[in-house]
Amino acid sequence: MGPVEAMMKGMAVTLRQFVSTVFGKGLVTIKYPAEMREKPQRFHGRHVLNRYEDGMEKCIGCELCAGACPAHCIYVRGADNPEDAPISPGERFGFIYEINLLRCIFCGLCVEACPTEAITHSQLFEMSTTNRADAIYTKTELLVDRDGTPNHMFESDRFADLTELAKADGWMRATSPQGRVAYEGVVAWTASAGVGVRSPEAGQSQAPVDDQSEAAVDDPPDDDPPDDALPDDAPPDDAPGDGDDH
Amino acid sequence: MDAIDLLLILARVVMVFSLLMVVTLLLVWFERKIVADMQNRVGPDRAGPWGILQTLADGMKLFFKEQITPRKVQLGLYLAAPMLAVIPAFLMFMVIPFGKPFTLTINGVARSIPLQGADINVGLLYILAMSSVAVYAIVLAGWSSGSKYPLLGGVRATAQSISYEAAMGLSLVPVVLYTGSMRLSEIVAAQSASLVFLGRELPITTWNVLVLSPSFVIFFIAAVAETNRAPFDLVEAEQEIVGGFHTEYSGLRFALFFLAEYINMFTMSALAVTLFFGGWSGPTFEGTVPLLVSGILPTVWFLAKVIVFLFIFVWLRASLPRMRYDQLMMLGWKRLIPAALAWLFFISGALAYREFGFPWS
Repeated sequence: MGPVEAMMKGMAVTLRQFVSTVFGKGLVTIKYPAEMREKPQRFHGRHVLNRYEDGMEKCIGCELCAGACPAHCIYVRGADNPEDAPISPGERFGFIYEINLLRCIFCGLCVEACPTEAITHSQLFEMSTTNRADAIYTKTELLVDRDGTPNHMFESDRFADLTELAKADGWMRATSPQGRVAYEGVVAWTASAGVGVRSPEAGQSQAPVDDQSEAAVDDPPDDDPPDDALPDDAPPDDAPGDGDDH
Repeated sequence: MDAIDLLLILARVVMVFSLLMVVTLLLVWFERKIVADMQNRVGPDRAGPWGILQTLADGMKLFFKEQITPRKVQLGLYLAAPMLAVIPAFLMFMVIPFGKPFTLTINGVARSIPLQGADINVGLLYILAMSSVAVYAIVLAGWSSGSKYPLLGGVRATAQSISYEAAMGLSLVPVVLYTGSMRLSEIVAAQSASLVFLGRELPITTWNVLVLSPSFVIFFIAAVAETNRAPFDLVEAEQEIVGGFHTEYSGLRFALFFLAEYINMFTMSALAVTLFFGGWSGPTFEGTVPLLVSGILPTVWFLAKVIVFLFIFVWLRASLPRMRYDQLMMLGWKRLIPAALAWLFFISGALAYREFGFPWS
């Protein structure tokens, strides 16, 4: 290929891209912050502390999240519920709850560890602050209001995005946790204030469904944790993704 | 020559000056937008509609920035170099006609007003001279900065400009021979007629490019090199020598170099249009449309043709990688200059035959 021919070839590439950007779909840039990209459902964004539908806090101050946290960024102190005005349904409630988001690595282990689904991720990723103290989120910011509205650290900021914060955590909507098709679409989580029972995530299993599994779907285990209530006709143990390796 | 004449001359100069300033503002934006489109990006879109005021914002920023003067500079030359870059850039455009001359009757005296800064009889020579002066700015900026990268840029500018100056000059001689004038208004006028082929008048005009296309190709390559634009931007190669000759310049002084580069780009496009593509000539629909429209249309044609060339300038920049120094020299001396010489021989032979016939007959 001669130099002139090579030059023509290169110029044709740029012209093609030019035409596709001006007239077609060549443009891939999104005009953030004016436009927002749709984030994955299980996006690991800023945490929120949820409430039950009656306004009770889900957090029981058990400190399992703090124990699970590999970055040691969560500090929890529990306290006994006052007899006359209980804050959470259990014996105790989260008295102090702080997350240092400068240390947090957004691994989601706190969410997995939580026995009451109190702490979940949101889809908010704009957490920049102008000083280190502001990066420590306390219960004031983390806990949602009684009607389920999440709080923002800087609500008056024009870039504060409450819709991103209100987006549900995909982790809490995932069904069929061990790949068992029988558990697909089975709600195994409690209702939250504001949103009620979140609907299960759609389309987890792309694998063809055989007769056995379809029979199992007809009679799903309603309120038991899946691990304890394996139906007899569940897929065999050597099915892919069916290991007990975690 | 009376006061009104002087005022008209002043008005023309101001007109050309403001035209160039506005064109530069739009041209920087135009380039950034086109390059962005070619790279699937958005480009500037914050300042004004479609980001059209981006250059204004950048200019304001540069205007208010500190002008750092390094300790090792040769102060006089260091300060003179940016001005030396801008002044020839403005002067060069002065002789290019950008519209049809019109007559204005003031106090009962009809005056013909050409739409160009000055209609001088050696216009083409003047342009070549001015473009050579512009090189001094770069060389002096590189030398007076007292720093190694600007010096390298300046040395490169010297060699590059000398090489391509020769090719450009040789490529323009056929135009002068063919049209028989160095006055740019006459060169445009010569391209306004319809082409006569085998005794029939064709609906295309006698643009010089139809006859002198080899000249045009050589001229355009040399013009890209003269304006130090990619792929010939060795003078300010960011990846190799930081910013080249303007490494040590900041603030308004840097902005002046920037301004000069874009004015030169516009002037070279305008020159290509004037010499090879009929300048402002084009259909004016005289008689069928209002006088004002048919008076403005030539300027519209001129600008439309220039924009095509500016697009090519930008397109080249978005597509081609920078040439290596030896490749640059080889293209200039071993390809363009011999080609320009051979074409000059051929065209002068052909013109001599048309004029005098064979020498033995």
